[in-house]
Amino acid sequence: MTTTSVQAGPGEQAPESRRRLGDLIGAVGAQNLILVLAIVLVVVVFGVINPGYLAWANIRVIADAVTIAGLLAVVQTVVIICGALDISVGSATGVASVVSAMAFTATQNALASMGLAIVVGLVLGLVNGVIIVYGRVNPVIATLATLAAYRGFAQLLSNGAAMGFVLGDDLWIFISRGSLLGLPTLMWILAAVALAIHLLLKYTDIGRNIYAIGGNDTAARLAGININKYLIAVYALAGVVSAIAGIILTARTGFGHPTSGSSGLELKAITAAALGGCALAGGKGGVGGTLLAMVLLGALENGLTLNNISTFWQNVAQGALLVIAVVIQQRRSGERAVGLPT
Amino acid sequence: MSQGPVLELRGIDKSFGPVQVLHDVAFSVYPGEVTALVGDNGAGKSTLVKCIGGIHPIDAGEYFFEGEKVQVNGPRDAAALGVEIVYQDLALCDNLDIVQNMFLGRERTSGLVLDEAMMEEMAAKTLAGLSVRTVKSLRQQVSSLSGGQRQTVAIAKAVLWNSKVVILDEPTAALGVAQTAQVLELVRRLADNGLAVVLISHNMNDVFAVSDRIAALYLGRMAAQVRTSDVTHSQVVELITSGRSGELGLRNGNGAAS
Ligand SMILES: Nc1ncnc2c1ncn2[C@@H]1O[C@H](COP(=O)(O)OP(=O)(O)O)[C@@H](O)[C@H]1O
Ligand SMILES: [Mg+2]
Repeated sequence: MTTTSVQAGPGEQAPESRRRLGDLIGAVGAQNLILVLAIVLVVVVFGVINPGYLAWANIRVIADAVTIAGLLAVVQTVVIICGALDISVGSATGVASVVSAMAFTATQNALASMGLAIVVGLVLGLVNGVIIVYGRVNPVIATLATLAAYRGFAQLLSNGAAMGFVLGDDLWIFISRGSLLGLPTLMWILAAVALAIHLLLKYTDIGRNIYAIGGNDTAARLAGININKYLIAVYALAGVVSAIAGIILTARTGFGHPTSGSSGLELKAITAAALGGCALAGGKGGVGGTLLAMVLLGALENGLTLNNISTFWQNVAQGALLVIAVVIQQRRSGERAVGLPT
Repeated sequence: MSQGPVLELRGIDKSFGPVQVLHDVAFSVYPGEVTALVGDNGAGKSTLVKCIGGIHPIDAGEYFFEGEKVQVNGPRDAAALGVEIVYQDLALCDNLDIVQNMFLGRERTSGLVLDEAMMEEMAAKTLAGLSVRTVKSLRQQVSSLSGGQRQTVAIAKAVLWNSKVVILDEPTAALGVAQTAQVLELVRRLADNGLAVVLISHNMNDVFAVSDRIAALYLGRMAAQVRTSDVTHSQVVELITSGRSGELGLRNGNGAAS
């Protein structure tokens, strides 16, 4: 971004060299720099403790885990920038996993079954948006309710069991373990979704308006931005991306399952977004930071698992990380410690 | 000044639920002039402005723009006419920079992509045209600006669009002496450039310093709209506090304006 000075008055100019350094750090983002350093630290520590950590097979394991949660984290970033939250994404992923596997069993048509799962995800997202905007329900409460309801819906559909088997089909196999130009298909899907959302946020008027809504929704409304339309569309997008995650989950395991592999993803997604620099009050954050945070979480979780740290402890660690990330955000925003936080 | 009003309201009623805030309000705004809109707290000044801006739908009354009767159903309609409002709470996004705020909701694109270079150039031109020298960088976040700078950005945002009417709701209420003087100077310059300017203010000194006309609201009724040169401070204060002053103002508290 260029900086045009509008006739800066005398005595108002910062020293040129210091300003350059500041600009550079500003461009990369101090937060992103810290995340990169943290990733390096984690990789070095676990790499030294356990040589298997850096084996290609293990990196693949990390990448798989990061892809599914990463999709949800990226779309959660958009929701949080609006100043909202979607904690139903993990359940929607479960629904899509079940729907895609059941539809494939019934039709043997991979593309159609994936398409159906995406349509179902879209509907789940729209339902969230409509409940929040027209039902006037706080986003946390609304999606807490649909977190339970969508999970129940997936369990009803599947009777709580694994559904179908999809890995007899070329397209499902390609998504599960295929690769393009040496990179696994999974990574391509995450990269495509992340890039599309990044471009949307940074380079289009739609993205600009999303930041405006999160920054000051009154100002956005006075500027003529149709906030309702934006919020519903953002929740719909969250539903669609959750469905993509559900399809990948089905492809990876070979089965559709209502909860296995998908429950708990909402916590990962929100933690990654918060660690990546999204302010939960809205208006701040980006895809890059979120992805870096997701990589950090994935590398950390895998390292802990390899070293036989119980998942109980991992849950404690993940919860603690989310709290720490939000405390840092709030400290930075300079909010006074009086009464309930905003 | 023989020109007719660029914007004229007649018989405006506005209620919020059971509470009627505006009663049969008439209001005219002239090009090249600053019209001060005065009135006590709660008189309905901000409500009138929001009706003009299309934020609140009016219950009854007529809205004329350049002599034509028009319907204004939202902020975009008002903007399309060339009516821009600087709201009391400024309505800026702290998380966005100056250029982004100036184009909020009306971003320029080339194809699908934001045209940042063009927006920055237009913003720079507008600020330069207003002789604004107090802003260091157009890519500064608005949260880092002082009260006067924020007000300046909000005003520049309003004039960016070749607007014909600019309405400022208490632009100097939160400012110090020096910054108030700067903003008033800017207000006068807008009118001298041919814009019709409406200035809401509580400060009689400010009102008499820059305005050509004064419109006084009293409990949601237009008590009087007069030339500034025809009235004194104390007459205006009387209009604000009791709705009448000698021959001027409302008859028996609820009659028509003189
Ligand atoms: N959105 C609203 N809903 C209900 N009452 C309102 C609303 N906006 C303003 N009012 C009421 O209308 C009256 C006039 O308010 P306002 O126009 O803000 O006055 P002013 O700007 O002259 O101080 C006040 O009594 C206020 O409480
Ligand atoms: Mg007011």
